[in-house]
Amino acid sequence: MTLLKQKTTPVGHIEREAKSTAGDRAVAATSHVVLAIWSAIVVLPLLWTFMSSFKNSNEIFASPFGLPGSWKLDNYLKAWNEAGIGAAFINSVIVVGVSLVLVMLLGSMCAYVLARFSFRGSRVIYVLMLAGLTFPVFLAMVPLFGVLKGMGLLNQLPGLIITYVAFALPFTVFFLFAFFKNLPGEIAEAAAIDGAGEWRTFFQIMLPMARPGLASVAIFNFLGLWNQFLIPVTINAGGPKVLSQELFVFAQQMGYAVDFGALFAAVTVTVIPVLIAYILFQRQLQGSVSQGTSR
Amino acid sequence: MSLPPPTAVLEGGRKAAIQSRRKNLTFDKVSFMVVFLGIPLAIYLLFVIWPFLQAFVYSLTDWSGFSPNYKFVGLDNYARIFTDDQFLKALSNNVILLIVVPIVTVVLSLILATLVTVGGSSKGQVKGLKNSSFYRVVSFFPYTIPAVAIGIMWGQIYDPSGGLLNGALNALGLNFKDYAWLGNTSTAMACSIFVIIWGFVGFYMVLFIAGIKGIPAELFEAARIDGAGRFRTAVSITIPMIRDNIQTAYVYLGIFALDAFVYMASLFPNAGGPENSTLVMSQQLFFTAFQRGQFGMATAMGVVLAAATLLFSGLVFLVNKLTGGSEGGRL
Repeated sequence: MTLLKQKTTPVGHIEREAKSTAGDRAVAATSHVVLAIWSAIVVLPLLWTFMSSFKNSNEIFASPFGLPGSWKLDNYLKAWNEAGIGAAFINSVIVVGVSLVLVMLLGSMCAYVLARFSFRGSRVIYVLMLAGLTFPVFLAMVPLFGVLKGMGLLNQLPGLIITYVAFALPFTVFFLFAFFKNLPGEIAEAAAIDGAGEWRTFFQIMLPMARPGLASVAIFNFLGLWNQFLIPVTINAGGPKVLSQELFVFAQQMGYAVDFGALFAAVTVTVIPVLIAYILFQRQLQGSVSQGTSR
Repeated sequence: MSLPPPTAVLEGGRKAAIQSRRKNLTFDKVSFMVVFLGIPLAIYLLFVIWPFLQAFVYSLTDWSGFSPNYKFVGLDNYARIFTDDQFLKALSNNVILLIVVPIVTVVLSLILATLVTVGGSSKGQVKGLKNSSFYRVVSFFPYTIPAVAIGIMWGQIYDPSGGLLNGALNALGLNFKDYAWLGNTSTAMACSIFVIIWGFVGFYMVLFIAGIKGIPAELFEAARIDGAGRFRTAVSITIPMIRDNIQTAYVYLGIFALDAFVYMASLFPNAGGPENSTLVMSQQLFFTAFQRGQFGMATAMGVVLAAATLLFSGLVFLVNKLTGGSEGGRL
């Protein structure tokens, strides 16, 4: 929008803008209607799920539109305690939190070295990272099962964490590589002349300067890891479950039980953290969609 | 890689100082390189690259995954999966997804992005639609939500008796009472495709909006002076100018359509849907490995999946290259 709206508009322009034609108004109205319909298609299912999470099974079957009789948290308590969503939520927070810190640290270290130093083999490493982004994760899952089993990390949270870190690395390195490349090199050199070692230069100067880039990547990684499903169901099937996994198991059991209210509550609990993160960082996230894909 | 050595911009004295520092492999520098490159790379090689490489070897064996022993069986696994009716069914379902999902998602998100960016006044400067950021923010929601949650939620919406869809249709006076959208072979696939598209349109809409805003405003104004209407402008200017974004979208969506595991698994508690009408290759791979214990066979399926992915990406790049000249010439 800012690109198209220039401040140096000629005076006559304002006059013309006021006289928007009937055709313009029709187009604008149609556009609003179409966009509003799509927004409704997006929002209504979410609102319906949220509303249903307060209903009991009778109310759900009575009418899909009826409001819940009372806004009690029974379903949430049931999902949290009996269906194991609470434990899984905590596991998810631990796994995603630790993985996120590790992948941001390791990813920025790796990207920094690749972007700032030229050495033999750096090109090979870059291409290897690219390969990790293009190949389907599924291809690696079966052998990875064997690797983790051999190391005694199968069905363990540390095994899950290290796998998350490994698979989030290529994206992180790619994004931050471009970022570190564009940071002014003179500052690092000045630090070196002032006697700062490589370690100090990185942690005290370069990393703080890269904060905007780090923030965007961290949000994307948070969403990606919180939503991760394939990795936990293959290599953590017998371990302490994370949220997406537990939600899936819970839904599959629903074929036999009838507690749909608790299922809706479980879905809501899974969705709320990412929606909050999205709404808080929405501007940053949408901005980096364009940056990330035009590399 | 293409970065000039930082010393190039410095003057003589400083240059020499830095060069001498570079040659001296101090403990600081060595430890820095080893830790900074070594640790991430070791993790990456061990948990990503090594399994990828192993996959190609395992696909030639009869490994069960549970015993350490296996023997090489050549291309037997490949021969068997290509005569396995279930795998072929899954493959054809993936092909349907591959054809429908990218095109519909790209077209729909392009239309929405166009409405947001050029829906404004046709006089004066080219303008976006007023008060449209709300739509952009809302449409992006589904992309941030876990796919499992999306699948389960839509499973309930399509529910024959208590679902939102039948409730809405009945309220409109259409009699769809108890119609099982996901339980009939004729609608199961179409309904799943809709859910997938629902999940992706917002992301690509935002991507295209960013692309369209990157087009120089003069181009739009020139077209307008030449008498091009909105539709003509969209077809002759917007689409050619953001074709690289469209290509990126097409490749991502295609790669996704060849996987589709999460959505299909969470939409259909009975894996595969009615008469396997929504079974996809990744699900078949999953069962073969973790339920039947045929890891060798499963990795062969994984290799087929990877080959299909690369083939598709290559095809998209090729088509874009071949059509690139003529499209560009129209400008």
